Amino acid sequence: MLLTLTLFAPLAGALLVALVPAARQESARLVALVASLATLALAVALASRFRTGEAGFQLGQTAEWVPAFGVSYKVGVDGVSLPLVLLTAVLTPLAVAGSWRMTERPRSYLALLLVLETAMLGVFVSLDLFLFYIFWEAVLVPAYFLIGSFGGPRRVYAAVKFFVYTLGGGLLMLVGIIALFWLHQKATGTPSFDYQTLLDFDKAPTTQRWLFAAFFAAFAVKTPLWPFHTWLPDAYTEAPTTTTVLLAGVMSKLGVYGFLRYAVPLFPDAARWAQPFLLTLAVIGILYCALVATVQRDFKTLVAYSSVSHLGFIVLGIFALNVQGLQGGVFYMVAHGLVIGGLFFVTGMLEERRGTRRIEDFGGLQQAVPRMAGVMLVITLGSVALPGLVGFVGEFLTLLGAFLAHRVYAVLATGGVILGAVYLLWAYQRMWQGPLEREENRAIGDLSGREWAILAPLVAAIIVLGLFPRPVLDRVEPSAQRVVEQTQAQSP
Amino acid sequence: MHPLAQANTQPLPLPQVDWRAIAPELALAVAGVVLLLVVAFWPRASRNLLAGLTLAGLAVAGALTAWNWGLERVAFDGAVSLDGITRYARAILLAAGALATLMIAQGDTREGEPDDSPPEVFPLLLFALLGMVLLAAASDLLVVFIALEILSLSLYVLAGETRRLAAQEAAMKYFLLGAFASAFLLYGIALCYGATGSTNLLAIARATGDPTGDGTLLLAGVGLLAVGFLFKVSAVPFHMWTPDVYQGTPTPVTAFMAAATKVAAFAVFLRVFAGALGGLVVSWRPVIAAVAVVTMLVGAALAVVQTDIKRMLAYSSISHAGYLLVGLAAAATVPAGISASMFYLLVYAFMVMGAFMVVQYVSRLGPPDDDAIRERSSLDDYRGLARHHPWAAGLLAVFMLALTGIPPLSGFWAKYYVFLSGIQAGLTWLVVVAVISSVISAFFYLRVLVVAYLQEPVGDAASSPSAGRTPALGLALGLAGLLTVAIGLAPEALIAAARSAERILG
Repeated sequence: MLLTLTLFAPLAGALLVALVPAARQESARLVALVASLATLALAVALASRFRTGEAGFQLGQTAEWVPAFGVSYKVGVDGVSLPLVLLTAVLTPLAVAGSWRMTERPRSYLALLLVLETAMLGVFVSLDLFLFYIFWEAVLVPAYFLIGSFGGPRRVYAAVKFFVYTLGGGLLMLVGIIALFWLHQKATGTPSFDYQTLLDFDKAPTTQRWLFAAFFAAFAVKTPLWPFHTWLPDAYTEAPTTTTVLLAGVMSKLGVYGFLRYAVPLFPDAARWAQPFLLTLAVIGILYCALVATVQRDFKTLVAYSSVSHLGFIVLGIFALNVQGLQGGVFYMVAHGLVIGGLFFVTGMLEERRGTRRIEDFGGLQQAVPRMAGVMLVITLGSVALPGLVGFVGEFLTLLGAFLAHRVYAVLATGGVILGAVYLLWAYQRMWQGPLEREENRAIGDLSGREWAILAPLVAAIIVLGLFPRPVLDRVEPSAQRVVEQTQAQSP
Repeated sequence: MHPLAQANTQPLPLPQVDWRAIAPELALAVAGVVLLLVVAFWPRASRNLLAGLTLAGLAVAGALTAWNWGLERVAFDGAVSLDGITRYARAILLAAGALATLMIAQGDTREGEPDDSPPEVFPLLLFALLGMVLLAAASDLLVVFIALEILSLSLYVLAGETRRLAAQEAAMKYFLLGAFASAFLLYGIALCYGATGSTNLLAIARATGDPTGDGTLLLAGVGLLAVGFLFKVSAVPFHMWTPDVYQGTPTPVTAFMAAATKVAAFAVFLRVFAGALGGLVVSWRPVIAAVAVVTMLVGAALAVVQTDIKRMLAYSSISHAGYLLVGLAAAATVPAGISASMFYLLVYAFMVMGAFMVVQYVSRLGPPDDDAIRERSSLDDYRGLARHHPWAAGLLAVFMLALTGIPPLSGFWAKYYVFLSGIQAGLTWLVVVAVISSVISAFFYLRVLVVAYLQEPVGDAASSPSAGRTPALGLALGLAGLLTVAIGLAPEALIAAARSAERILG
């Protein structure tokens, strides 16, 4: 029940926001903030009830929905989804606060943000493949309108590209889901989309490969894996800042979560068969997007490419198919969400002040806005995985997992770590250090109270989780262990 | 003896009359005649009264349909059969008729407008519905032909009901090509009769299992029947008339045509092919599957390049016919194919009528439209619609997203069910093509939303109140929108009802 409340609280908030009368648009943001904070409170309550050390799903709820099709409403969390639920619940209020000064149609914007939150939470907590698919596609609609209605100059192009790409992948997954459902019904006679039932159902290796390919289409596009990433720089760059925060911070995790929750455990033989292929794509993505990021002139696009590169590490960890890799992958998802959220927030704050995101328009900002520069330094270092900050734990574990599985991929991916340091630190150097040459940069103000309120929790989390990753890792481990067992259970 | 000769020697049998079986048809016929008399003898009768009478007729027909709900029998010596398909299709058709009546009810409030349709539209609508409802129940090829002619002739006239040139042209085009298709159908019926000695579907079904029969003649007949039906459902390559007719025809009639004709035509298509000709499935399935592929792809691809929303919806309806053909291809071997198609028709009727209602609303924005040629339906008229008409734009979004098949709206479940039946019948490749077509279709459905939501309004047309904002149209829009959302959230009951349509009698 608590989980259901957490799931639908943002949606209820969205309805309330939409009902705020036009004359009092300002109060819409207050309603949205309260709704998202209430969601956070519910998520924290959920986490406090979570029993550490258990591998299975907890705190769930089941109800019939469309029995004719074997579709049920079934939700629950385990060590893998809980951190992601919390991440979503943390980032959304920050995004609402980040949109505080928005003047153009704030009601629609905030309502869509909250709808997006429900859809994304739904993907993380669904335990019925059909329900999962519905939430998966439901993410598209608010994201489409957020990018398309409120984004930058090329927003329509970016929104349509994003929508069509993702819908294409998703529909192929739907064919896979239906095929899996039908195979199961043919074999057992009962219609069911239940995750656990379909997990226990034996699938022939060749069938697995086809089904894996169908799921791969959806997850590879959403993650995105190279070479399916071309929608991402457009979407992230054109979307308004706070939308980008949610897209990069949470939505990008949907794809890797899909691999971890569905593609790998449902089709273990196929996953092992496809392992070299996926590791190769991940490594290419890590290196290629790092190189592309290096030469970007728009800082927002640079961060967008860095996001693709970093997600490569998560895929690397997941497809190491061992506990270290999976655990690292999940931890990295959280870390990446915090760090990328911070990077995009700061980008947005700079854009608000200066109306530009081009790296060459800045320089020496440290002297003008020392506090902002300090915060940005922590976030940047968190992103380049400085030991003691959150990025390091995830990167180390995923690389360790990859190393144990296939040495060569780990070695190559380490090159990506170095490149990551190169492009982020170089950009930091060009924007924040050096002489303060431009007059207009001198006049910009430092962090306001509201901006502190947004960035402080992120910075705190980046440091605290970097120093004490155990609370998260302890909860992830049993579930990661279980996924590894499921992957190996059907080994010949 | 040759079956043809045998048939000739027998006296013409008089069928057993079964009034109850055709009670809804009778109600529609009576209501149509009454309205015709009212219109003829009392030309000053108000439109509201005529619409009210029409709705009353529909309500009586609906009540009779409900009364017959549990009835499963073959009546008139096998000419009419009451089964799941009949009652499900009747329910959809009557609902679509009611929505169309609401759309026509307060046609155009401004006197002398080109959209000011004559009062005869009400009886014509009822006669068209009579043909459709009868078509869905027909289980004799002659009744099929008669019903098809009743509905077609009424629709030809309805298509040209307004004074605009495009409507006249559409009516003519529809009539000529429709007559052509009727000829094909009739020829097919003749060949089937020649091959099997009967026009009764039950007898034809028996004959298909008879190895001594004339297989070639029958197949030729089946081919021609397929051409006739494929024309009515506007499948590629028999779709050429659709965009022109949809664009030129007055919007309420287009909506009715798009929804109801498809329902009736697919109901009989299912009954004849999946039912009577089920034994020949290996012969016709490859053809239907191939037609489905080109229909889905050509419809979707051509819709992408349209700049007129009615043409766009016409091409989109072609691609939807393609999805329904997937259900038909599956239906002969998998009963779920029938229920999936019926459910799809139900959902599609409300989605597409809703979309056309918004088109009607928008076409009456701005200054009086005295264009003698065609209604305003360019995509440019939708620029910035969301800014000044948030409700219309919101409903438009619901219908477009439902037509795309985005969960949890009704269109999603329909698409899902058809895909499922395709996979069950082993037509996974066909389902993959359907998926590709769906992705293409997202382009043009989204484009409407892009224009309505993301572009700035041009001129003052979008900001002016719509003359089409009548209570009747509002009610119709509300109903269509509500059904599209509600079926999406709770599809269970209607799916269960569709499942009861799986058994085809005779």
